[in-house]
Amino acid sequence: MSDIHLDSAVLAALQDVMEDEYPVLLDTFVLDSEERLLVLRKAEQGADAQGLRLAAHSFKGSCSNMGALMLAGLCRQLEEAGRREQLELAPDLLEQIEREFAIVRILLKSERQRYRR
Amino acid sequence: MPERLSILIAEDSAADRMLLSTIVSRQGHRVLTASNGLEALALFEQERPHLVLMDALMPVMDGFEAARRIKQSAGEALVPIIFLTSLSEGEALVRCLEAGGDDFLAKPYNRIILDAKIKAMDRLRRLQETVLQQRDLIAKHNEHLLNEQRVAKAVFDKVAHTGCLEAPNIRYLQSPYAVFNGDLLLAAYKPSGGMHVLLGDFTGHGLPAAIGAMPLAEVFYGMTAKGYGLTDILRELNAKLKHILPRGVFCCAALLNISFQRQEVEVWNGGLPDGYLLRQDGSRTALISRHLPLGVLEPALFNDACEVYPLALGDRVFLLSDGVLEACNAQQELFGEARLLRVLDASAGSLQLFDEIQQALHDFSGQPQDDVSLVEVCLVEERQLNRPPLAFADTGQSHLLDWSASFEFRGETLRYFNPLPFLMQLLLEVQGLRPQGGALYTVLAELYSNALEHGVLGLDSALKQNAEGFAEYYRQRSERLQQLCEGHVRFHLQLLPEGAGGRLLITVEDSGKGFDAQSLIQREMRLDRLSGRGLALIRQLSERCSAAADGQGIRVEFSWSPDA
Repeated sequence: MSDIHLDSAVLAALQDVMEDEYPVLLDTFVLDSEERLLVLRKAEQGADAQGLRLAAHSFKGSCSNMGALMLAGLCRQLEEAGRREQLELAPDLLEQIEREFAIVRILLKSERQRYRR
Repeated sequence: MPERLSILIAEDSAADRMLLSTIVSRQGHRVLTASNGLEALALFEQERPHLVLMDALMPVMDGFEAARRIKQSAGEALVPIIFLTSLSEGEALVRCLEAGGDDFLAKPYNRIILDAKIKAMDRLRRLQETVLQQRDLIAKHNEHLLNEQRVAKAVFDKVAHTGCLEAPNIRYLQSPYAVFNGDLLLAAYKPSGGMHVLLGDFTGHGLPAAIGAMPLAEVFYGMTAKGYGLTDILRELNAKLKHILPRGVFCCAALLNISFQRQEVEVWNGGLPDGYLLRQDGSRTALISRHLPLGVLEPALFNDACEVYPLALGDRVFLLSDGVLEACNAQQELFGEARLLRVLDASAGSLQLFDEIQQALHDFSGQPQDDVSLVEVCLVEERQLNRPPLAFADTGQSHLLDWSASFEFRGETLRYFNPLPFLMQLLLEVQGLRPQGGALYTVLAELYSNALEHGVLGLDSALKQNAEGFAEYYRQRSERLQQLCEGHVRFHLQLLPEGAGGRLLITVEDSGKGFDAQSLIQREMRLDRLSGRGLALIRQLSERCSAAADGQGIRVEFSWSPDA
């Protein structure tokens, strides 16, 4: 069920690649994502469709690498909205992204703790 | 074995950068990371990585611009750029390629695909590196080869063009790089007057064809300057080329010995197309190849037999290389002898023969021919030629002044050996005689051929009145020389100091029936044993000419004073 939020197969592969650096990667993603959310929010407030599109695109890429499938999907929608200059869709999408990221962050925290054990 | 590459990762997302650099370094490569395009460019210029993984969308400078600049900075070397992108629109992918991208890697990253792409790009990179190395190597080799040819040509020009090709009675046509087509044209004044001309055509092309030209020219010029006759030179040329050239490399050649004084030409043709004797009256005699080329036969089997033809003033001897006959047209037909003869017929006596031949070749083949060598030597009065004085490598012995020597050359020796170079070398050790070297050569050559042909061989120069008799004379000469086992020619040389100068007395005797030299000389220039022309020449060139005391020979004198 939680695979929609965070794909466990992707996490297993990441763990395999990163070995001891795995928790650092998880921390880095969380920190990086918080920054990207700020950028997204700023672009939305500034009605900057192009900025919204680029930031959403980058965030989408990171999310897909981490197996955050739903988050990546929402980012893709926001990117598309930015590309089409449909700024009216942005506030709702951004809110969904923030909610989804909150879930992913919790899941990642538990994943991090699970790994420490 | 995959080489450890240094790979630049340009990616603004910290997590993606970390993930990617971990994957790449786990694959054994050295990783450099940058978080935007500008950083990436700076790192590239500093570290010169082999390959770049480039995010398309980055702050400060995006991946497209960074890729363009990196490609520019890399120059001819291939630095593959793999764009990291989840871009899905075709337009964006096209932008990546246009910016110089070589491939894409989509997010999420797949280790196996990344590894395969890095390897594939590395193969491309190495291929390009190899191509560049080979290109540079080829350019270097080519430069080297051209330089070698320049050096070879410079050396060859020194060796070959010390000759007298610029003499007013010689016309020739040759490509400046003829020597690299294997073509070779040499001409030299003989010390006794007259000239030797050689047209050669080595098998092959390029340096291998040119290499044999050096010894050929050296022998030709060296032996001609020392006074050797055509047959001696031919034997030496053949032996030398046979010795040094690999099997299958040889030299088709025709040699001419033109005597202005005797108005004759001696011809040897081994493997060249027929040359022609073009007479003033428009008639023509083919100078046919009767021998194998130089450098084919062992010295013992070599045939140096020459043909001798009388010449009149204005008669021309024409030689050509096979580039003329083998010129090809679009239908792969050869120009051939028949077409050449038609040109010769049409231009009988014309001085524009070369132009006419070239024009005919051009009309036939539709393009200019660059491997054609032509030479034409005209019989003129010798005084029309500005012969340079004999050249000497040393300074001569000024104290070799008081001596005498006698030589007797007998049957076997007379058949094969030309004693003139040997005698001349001895005489020209005397410094005071050197200014008269040419005259001395001419006089000795006349005296010797008189003693040999009329005295020892008993030939009658009256035969030479007409063309048939002329041929008969030389047929008899060669036949009698072959059978010669008795008989002799003697030279008595006497050097006397005279004041601060000196005097040379030469007496030449032979084993012939003898003749009344005194009355002959008194009758002046009457044809008998010594041809009128020969005697006139001797009288003109020497200080005194008389019958020897016992009537058994001719005595000539040369003298010099130090201020002469």
